[in-house]
Amino acid sequence: MHEWALAEGIIGTAIEYGKENNANEIVKIVIVLGELQDVEQEILEFALTQLKKDTIAKNAELIFEEERAVFRCRNCGYQWNMKQSEKELTEDIREDIHFVPEVVHSFLSCPKCGSRDFEVVKGRGVYIKEMVVR
Amino acid sequence: MDPRVKGIELKLKNVRRIIPIVSGKGGVGKSLISTTLALSLKELGFEVGLLDLDFHGASDHVILNSPISELPDEEKGVIPPVVHGIKFMSIVYYSTDKPTPLRGKEISDALIEILAITRWDQLDFLIIDMPPGLGEQLLDLIRFIPRGEFLIVSTPSPLSVNVVEKLVALLKEGNHRILGIVENMHAGNNLTEEMAERMRIKYLGEIGVCDEIDSLIGEPESIMLSDFGKNLKKVAERIVSGDRPR
Ligand SMILES: [Zn+2]
Repeated sequence: MHEWALAEGIIGTAIEYGKENNANEIVKIVIVLGELQDVEQEILEFALTQLKKDTIAKNAELIFEEERAVFRCRNCGYQWNMKQSEKELTEDIREDIHFVPEVVHSFLSCPKCGSRDFEVVKGRGVYIKEMVVR
Repeated sequence: MDPRVKGIELKLKNVRRIIPIVSGKGGVGKSLISTTLALSLKELGFEVGLLDLDFHGASDHVILNSPISELPDEEKGVIPPVVHGIKFMSIVYYSTDKPTPLRGKEISDALIEILAITRWDQLDFLIIDMPPGLGEQLLDLIRFIPRGEFLIVSTPSPLSVNVVEKLVALLKEGNHRILGIVENMHAGNNLTEEMAERMRIKYLGEIGVCDEIDSLIGEPESIMLSDFGKNLKKVAERIVSGDRPR
């Protein structure tokens, strides 16, 4: 349940942003969930709902967007996605990645040239894409 | 927006003092000093956490002889296991033995993630074993620990003293608090002490060359009884002067 830790960061950030902008309330928070980290939306949503009670974010609408992971090889330039690497990602490995997404570099390699020097172009983790305050 | 910035601040909310251990160069005994300092503060009766963020040289778990095969428990975050009385967290729980070809920015991201998910709860002291050198990981990390009181480790080597001087200047430029400098492997000259005076930072003490220390790795109790441990305890006493366990 480390989703709770992520939720604390999200609500804390939203409240701070609201205060900095002299807002009375936070209306909407758009949260992007990167496919690689594989955060459980339901658990995150539950934690966020608990944490926003009694804050200026209490009525905030929570919107989640999933972002597919895209990898790009630094050696040959090939781009690929999670589905192509599915076989290599066992349950245990997924759990490690869930905590620290960068660990993916220990396990995956470029499907084309085999290099392990690649970058996660999109879909790494959780971030706030948009916020509406008033 | 990156929710981890605020997340880290909240995770460290109930930590009274945060002491990142830095060194200009590698190989000056930063990990041994971090670990032994944490154990010393525990012996003085404080609640202590130890966090190893030295990605390439993570070795606090070896010094503590702490198993890393199982992931720490989770409950509203990650709970650091208690090892020899201190709460211990390390990047090695998640990086495996496999060589992991990470670029600077990726290492920073991994370290920041650890800071953002670890639940220390109430602590008197959190000791952070930082990446060595003056590279981008150190720079990335110190932004996330604005409350840190930096403890610098040097050796009498003119090369070490020279790099440390740059490190002090860098920390001062960023308005970071510097707790002081510890001199490891003290022998012969007073270069470190003179530099501390010149840079107006506290000289917190010296640790002599300790021949037996390598043979004590993995035996924290023996380290505490060695000259190395005794000298570090004096440093710990200087750091806590006035502080009382809660
Ligand atoms: Zn390739």
